[in-house]
Amino acid sequence: MPPSPAPSTSSMLLQAQDLTKVFETRQGFSTSKFHAVDAASFSLDSSKPEIFTVAGESGSGKTTLARMILGMESPTEGVLRYKDRSIAQLSGKEKRSWFYREVQPVFQDPFAAFSPLKRIDHYLYETVYNYKITDKKGADAYVNQMLNEVGLTLAEISKRYPHELSGGQAQRVAIARALITHPSLIIADEPVSMLDASLRMSIVNMFRKLKDDQQVSILYITHDLATAYYAADRIAVMLRGWIVEMGPVEQVLGNPLHPYTQNLKQSIPQADPDKTWDNRVDLAELDTDTYAHVGCKFANRCPLVMDKCRTTVPPNFEREGRTVKCFLYE
Amino acid sequence: MTGIVEAQDLKAYYISRAYGVERTVKAVDGITMSVNEGEIYGIAGESGCGKSTLLKVLLGAQTPPLTVVDGSVKYHFGDEEIDVLALKENGQREIRWKKVSYIPQGSMHVLNPVRRIRDSFHDFITAHRAVSKKESYVMARDYLRDLGLPEKVLAAFPHQLSGGMRQRVTIALATILWPKLIFADEPTTALDVVVQRGVIQLLKEIQQTKGSTVVLITHDLGVHANLADRIAVLYAGKVVEEADTRTILKNPRHPYTQYLIKSLPKLDTRDERVSIPGRPPALDKPPSGCRFHPRCPLAYDKCRTEDPQVVTIEPGHRVACHLVTEEISHAAVASAQH
Amino acid sequence: MSTVRDLLRFSPSFRVGALILLATLVLVVLSFFSPYRPDRNRVVPTNKPPQAKYIMGTNANGQDVFWMLTFAVRDTLIVAGLAVLIGRSIGVTLGMVSGYLGGTWDRVASSIVDSFIVIPRLPLLILIAAILHGEMTLPLLGALIGLLDWAYPSKRYRAQILSLRERDFTHTAVFAGMNTLKVVIEEHLPFVIPFLLADVVSGFLFAIGFEVTLSVLGLSDLQTQSIGTMLYWGNYYNSLLANRLWVLAAPIVASILIVVGFYLVSIGLSSYLDPRTRLARMQVKTEVSEPDEPLTPELQGINA
Repeated sequence: MPPSPAPSTSSMLLQAQDLTKVFETRQGFSTSKFHAVDAASFSLDSSKPEIFTVAGESGSGKTTLARMILGMESPTEGVLRYKDRSIAQLSGKEKRSWFYREVQPVFQDPFAAFSPLKRIDHYLYETVYNYKITDKKGADAYVNQMLNEVGLTLAEISKRYPHELSGGQAQRVAIARALITHPSLIIADEPVSMLDASLRMSIVNMFRKLKDDQQVSILYITHDLATAYYAADRIAVMLRGWIVEMGPVEQVLGNPLHPYTQNLKQSIPQADPDKTWDNRVDLAELDTDTYAHVGCKFANRCPLVMDKCRTTVPPNFEREGRTVKCFLYE
Repeated sequence: MTGIVEAQDLKAYYISRAYGVERTVKAVDGITMSVNEGEIYGIAGESGCGKSTLLKVLLGAQTPPLTVVDGSVKYHFGDEEIDVLALKENGQREIRWKKVSYIPQGSMHVLNPVRRIRDSFHDFITAHRAVSKKESYVMARDYLRDLGLPEKVLAAFPHQLSGGMRQRVTIALATILWPKLIFADEPTTALDVVVQRGVIQLLKEIQQTKGSTVVLITHDLGVHANLADRIAVLYAGKVVEEADTRTILKNPRHPYTQYLIKSLPKLDTRDERVSIPGRPPALDKPPSGCRFHPRCPLAYDKCRTEDPQVVTIEPGHRVACHLVTEEISHAAVASAQH
Repeated sequence: MSTVRDLLRFSPSFRVGALILLATLVLVVLSFFSPYRPDRNRVVPTNKPPQAKYIMGTNANGQDVFWMLTFAVRDTLIVAGLAVLIGRSIGVTLGMVSGYLGGTWDRVASSIVDSFIVIPRLPLLILIAAILHGEMTLPLLGALIGLLDWAYPSKRYRAQILSLRERDFTHTAVFAGMNTLKVVIEEHLPFVIPFLLADVVSGFLFAIGFEVTLSVLGLSDLQTQSIGTMLYWGNYYNSLLANRLWVLAAPIVASILIVVGFYLVSIGLSSYLDPRTRLARMQVKTEVSEPDEPLTPELQGINA
């Protein structure tokens, strides 16, 4: 029997409060600190499953955030709780007996997520046996049932090595494996960025379906705002470790408030000849000193920058049903 | 009218023997295309459709195991005709980079990591023209200024620049000698969207001010929409449809193109998006007939046995699909009867 | 086992190497059926050139060179095997401790390994052998060689494990509920074993080289037959000057063949270890059973 978690005092599935991860790199005698995740706060409700998107460009800290939630990295500061238990304080035994049943990952590259020397169904059966989901006899039927959830059958993938499948198929197997323990939360880190456009939507559509059918919340991490807009219920936009804007996806991406979100949205090239860019962007900025070290991290690139942005870190403001980290909404 | 780049029934296969098994991958299989002078010609398609192979052959840069089995590639600069596939290494070097240049996906192949940017510019310019170090520096500085790029990057090493700036510098380097013809292979793929936009804008401005011709390869139809004048859609080593950008995006006729456009998520609607069933075929054993038929919901008997020809259905719009061809001929018959 | 089968199928150099080592093994087995004891002198006429009765001739002490050689090969391989066993055990253990436990364990283990790497091994071995002079036995020699040859392998195992630990499939395995032992055995061992095989082969090469060197210098147990001591005694009785080349030729040719055999095997193994050839092989295998299998993008060469 897995030890039962502490009695739940709230309906929080996942809670992050001022979550911070600092990486120190040594260069000669000086150490430089890099805030991969910087005082990020958000929470997921356990009563209603949702697709929560964390969107950001490279270096925004979204992958570090995912690694902390999966317990692969421990926070430097702040609170990170899953069902009211601090993830960093779970013992290895508690993780295996309880946490890993509840929270499962889907990785970016489906071919890296499985050993090339192992048959791909090995991971499905291992998950079934290790968590004692069914006995040996029921395993085939159960694995097949999970594969059906993602539009595959056991016959299609059984005895096959990962390289014998297409990227889309392998990613489906990865998702089917994650579903085996009936988790409450799936962390999907850029799950479609390695896939072709024609296969991408089948995976994203599947997330929408799984949320309803399997009652699983999905933390969808991506740099692609278009799939985020399509799939997500809520979105958090990250910039250099900060969550700069967070709220329902229709509002945040439909009518972004933070200048960075606006910039990001305008920069997406759309496959529509009626929606091409008409205004120019300035090419002169030297990217190395783009990000400010005091004040708002977007100040150097912000078209609406004010004096205090350069000196003071903006707090979070509540506007139009969302959280914005910008003095414009004071 | 002849285009600046002409490919005629081009077939390029990867022919290899591994552990006693001979394998022929038909990466480019009978492609005919013509790029007009002064346009941006986009080549779109998913991974494994042969678009990068096509680019290699268009550049005359094929090396074994990639072999051109059939067809021709010709450049036309004014009255001068160059048979690209017949060029020997020396002749190639002369025309490449002077009249033709190539922007690769990763800039690290072009910029020497242990030399300052200005030295890379100097090396590049002196390979084609006899100029002093000072002259090359002035050329590079003036050119960057024209493009709106900061001239202080010239003193930097490649690793000191961000990925986006590096890619912009690579583009500047590749175009400083005013090439007539620019080939760009996924020039923005690894970049963040904000940075990508700057790179796209730069490429467009260079093309417009210099009247160069650009052959642009990318899988991203959003990039094509913002850059290309015409688009050719590749599927499994063949051109399935070619038309101006607006027609491809708004009024595609080939079922594959239609599916591809319909599968793209949009920022203004959250309506259900479809995905194409199945997967692209392996090019060493392509399906019979139309290569899209195993995934095509509209496929009928003829599609399974007969390879559809590329047919011009209206001026500037070419499609390779039995259904479309038949529809056109029915319409023609009907109008003749009236 | 399937590894060896693959190697025989795909690597010509491994095939030849394995054949040579098989012949060596036959010699070792033959030593148990020798009509003469290795420590007895004057059992056959002295200084006979190779002939039907004594196919490799006889030496100045009246010993049959062929049968001597069978004992010598056996003992040399025992010394080398012992050295490899000891060296790899230490190397693998330290590499695994560093790689899996990390943190302080890693720092301690790594600094031990690093300090050992800078010790010059041959001079040290000669020094120890000189001090032990007369008390040196072949097993002791094997142990000494083994105790000096684990630092580099250990560093390589550590690197291998560190990289395997951060691979996505390791995380998949952990989230599939496998405990650490299972992850190591099921997921990592298939990657480490071919590497270990190659390492064992190079360990043999190193140990044989050391044994021959020390014996020729007269620093090993000269009463026991080994390839090195055969050379030593051949030299001692001036075989070269007396034009009795066969006495020296036998151990020299044998040692060259054994080294070449091990070397060819290690070449075959290292090309086998290359992940790209590994994938290509798997594809050929699947092609045989399922001709409709698609290529992976890597091998299509497209977008490369």
